[in-house]
Amino acid sequence: MRLELDVNGQVHTVEDVAVWESLLTVLRDRLALYGSKNACEQGECGSCSVLVDGEVVCSCLVLAGQAEGRSVVTVEGLDADPIATEVRCALVAAGGVQCGFCTPGFVVTATGLLRDQPCASEPAVREALAGNLCRCTGYSKIVEAIARAQAELGR
Amino acid sequence: MTGIGSSAPRPDGDAKVRGRFPFSSDLCVPGMLWGHTVRSPHAYARIQSVDVTRARAAEGVRVVLTAADVPGRNGFGLVVDDQPVLASDVVRYVGEPVAVVAAATPEQARRAAALVEVAYTELEPLCSVEEALAPDAPALHPDGNLVRTIDIRRGAPSRHAADVVVTGTYTVGMQDQAPLGTESGIAMPTSGGVRLLANSQWIHADRNQLAAVLDLPPAAIDVTLAGVGGAFGAREDITLHAHLCLLALASGRPVKMVYSREESFVGHVHRHPAVLRYEHGARADGTLLYVRCEIDMDGGAYASTSWAVVSNAAAFAVGPYVCDDVEIRARVAYTNNPPCGAMRGFGAVQAAVGHEAQMDRLADALGIDPVELRLRNALDEGDLLPTGQPLRGASPVRRILEELRDLPPVAAPLAVPGGTANVTRGEGVVRGTGYGIGFKAGGMPEGIRDYATAWVRLLRRDGEVVAQVRTAAAEIGQGLSTVVPQIVRTELGVADVTVLPADTSVGSAGSSSASRQTYMTGGAVQAACRALREQLVERAHEYHGHRFGELLERGHDISLRDGMLELDDTTLLGLDDLVPPEGLEATRRYDHRPTTPFGADGQGEPHVQFIFAGHRAVADVDVETGLTRVVQLDVVQDVGRAINPVAVEGQMQGGTAQGVGLALMEEIQVERGRIRNASFTDYLVPTILDVPPMTTTILELPDPEAPYGVKGAGEPATISSTPAVMSAVRRAAGRDLFRVPIRPWDLTDLPTES
Repeated sequence: MRLELDVNGQVHTVEDVAVWESLLTVLRDRLALYGSKNACEQGECGSCSVLVDGEVVCSCLVLAGQAEGRSVVTVEGLDADPIATEVRCALVAAGGVQCGFCTPGFVVTATGLLRDQPCASEPAVREALAGNLCRCTGYSKIVEAIARAQAELGR
Repeated sequence: MTGIGSSAPRPDGDAKVRGRFPFSSDLCVPGMLWGHTVRSPHAYARIQSVDVTRARAAEGVRVVLTAADVPGRNGFGLVVDDQPVLASDVVRYVGEPVAVVAAATPEQARRAAALVEVAYTELEPLCSVEEALAPDAPALHPDGNLVRTIDIRRGAPSRHAADVVVTGTYTVGMQDQAPLGTESGIAMPTSGGVRLLANSQWIHADRNQLAAVLDLPPAAIDVTLAGVGGAFGAREDITLHAHLCLLALASGRPVKMVYSREESFVGHVHRHPAVLRYEHGARADGTLLYVRCEIDMDGGAYASTSWAVVSNAAAFAVGPYVCDDVEIRARVAYTNNPPCGAMRGFGAVQAAVGHEAQMDRLADALGIDPVELRLRNALDEGDLLPTGQPLRGASPVRRILEELRDLPPVAAPLAVPGGTANVTRGEGVVRGTGYGIGFKAGGMPEGIRDYATAWVRLLRRDGEVVAQVRTAAAEIGQGLSTVVPQIVRTELGVADVTVLPADTSVGSAGSSSASRQTYMTGGAVQAACRALREQLVERAHEYHGHRFGELLERGHDISLRDGMLELDDTTLLGLDDLVPPEGLEATRRYDHRPTTPFGADGQGEPHVQFIFAGHRAVADVDVETGLTRVVQLDVVQDVGRAINPVAVEGQMQGGTAQGVGLALMEEIQVERGRIRNASFTDYLVPTILDVPPMTTTILELPDPEAPYGVKGAGEPATISSTPAVMSAVRRAAGRDLFRVPIRPWDLTDLPTES
């Protein structure tokens, strides 16, 4: 099928998409947006998190066809986003990045969270990030980074 | 300038947070094909025939390869090359590769792989060490089923003088490294050879194994490290590397392969499951008199690094305690289970589960506080380990234990371990506090001639002097690419340092494992920088007429700082005057001090340096449901010298989290050789809700023999975290625990899983 997808504010026409193709596959293999990572394909790890109409979703669990008519924002589309910018800076400064495979997913999820709940408490932050697995950091520095980003955004 | 001791941010950090860092799975080359692997569905079977006719005829397929297409040695392995690249006559585990396919799209490759027809005759698999070592067991390999036995004996263990004897048998489940990035890479033919971009922990070891498999000289194979999405030991062995090269050479096209999560679970080695039988004897005052220990490890179908894992388990079986009378036997056997090999902590993790549970139970039996019991037996400087090797330099064991003992109590309210499910209101929740300490060796043991190489260049760019570094060392997330420029900035006083991609155009850096890379590659970078410094001083002499050699001999200090050469803090020259237009370069190799093999009775000096960490864990256990939540976990670790404190903390915290996983949830469940839970839905990796707040305390007791005094930082926290959590849960539940991961039914009187 042919899809018209609104990704990062730009409408892309994608030809010959199979009905079973996930949004993640289309983002990576058709649109060359490699920031969304494939680590489990079961919605368990959050490495493929994107915003669909502002909601954080696992793009591996969304069929590409379901994304038509919606606004999809990937980590690449958050380059100029002020909340994402603070999240990114804080993750690097706090040491919340090691191998970095999970990192784009954390950036997307944290940005979505702080848009809706700028003052989320630490337990709320943990709850919101519970769908994003990180194997390197033990999460401490990610929690610290989110707090730093909140402080910067609250100024 | 962010030299050593500063928490310089990662140079790849910005690309990683923007999603623009290229991982091996993100690479694409025009015209590339996609590979897929045909795997054995049986744990043990004879291959009668492999028919690729239908697969070859399938849409989009370019090549289908079987064992017959391997031009060189059809075997690989880090210690012995006993693992076929593609099985020819026998398969020895579920998931063993039998054929590989390359096609135009991933979907075509997957479908064609399903068309490869393999006829098997099933054989009865050997599914445990016990089955494998039974006298009538069939031999899985030509030399039988025993991979290695290590015996370490000192003194004469005897119950005679012991006031208390504690025995216990402990079981450690099979853990997966579960790096977030699965195995992936691209190979492409070159004139006369092949180029491979893939994830790895040691590209030279990959290249040497590939050379034998492909029947090519090593120089014809270029291995470049591609972005690695985590490793933790899983990237020490090659996985898809040989398959990719074979497919690229056979098709004449670039070929890409990415494992699914399920395939990753069967595609790489795991942490060895182990059974540990202990007997500790002590005096009434707590003095440890003797330790007897037998460890059996399941190596799975192929050797991988089993040979070294088992010797680590044996060498550290007693833990960081003084004990003159020890008798240790550790064995590892081939079975038809998934192959096991390297994972962070490498044998010491399994041992620590046993020795720390024993110390806790000994403390109970003697009525002594568990930290106090450990303090009474703590290893000190000069004490002999079970191998007879002395502990050189200041021992951190007491310091670690005292720091843990003196931590403030945890005030957090009781957690409801069921979380948001709220299965109870917490009526049965009990809190426990536990401690664990562990150690292992940093660096390659047993007389291995291990080294690292670094190339450093100074050049002028836009009127400024900048540095470039190339090593073959694998950046796997641990932060070597941060540490290396910090060392260059400190040594050469140059702010702008670029680390070039790791490839095989320079000498080997050795493996990014055994917590060795900051020590070894750091040492090589330091040495190369110092060679450049000599060249600079030499040139300064020529340039300015000063006799620097004499000045140095007279005790004057020459230093490089902020792009300047200084004599006794007086700026003499800018580096831009000293570096010629063509630049200056130096390559240096760093060797650690020699070690020895294990001699008779396991005696010798097999280890380079010793690295220690300890934990305090506080856990809330719902004794009605058997659910556990760790509410606080504090770690103290000696790193000799923290080159980058934030990165060191990251290693401590990340290692701790993996230890929590092994304690409470992470286990590959194997049933007659078959993995039952090869997904992140069924294999549970700790989430941000499972890993509690942590405090990290870095001790810096320098190793006088190591560059800057560093001690390996990557592994120790993984060792002591698991037993600390186990101890806390044991205290809370008020019952002895003999296995990890701890399951809910180990903590309740509910019926066990049938």
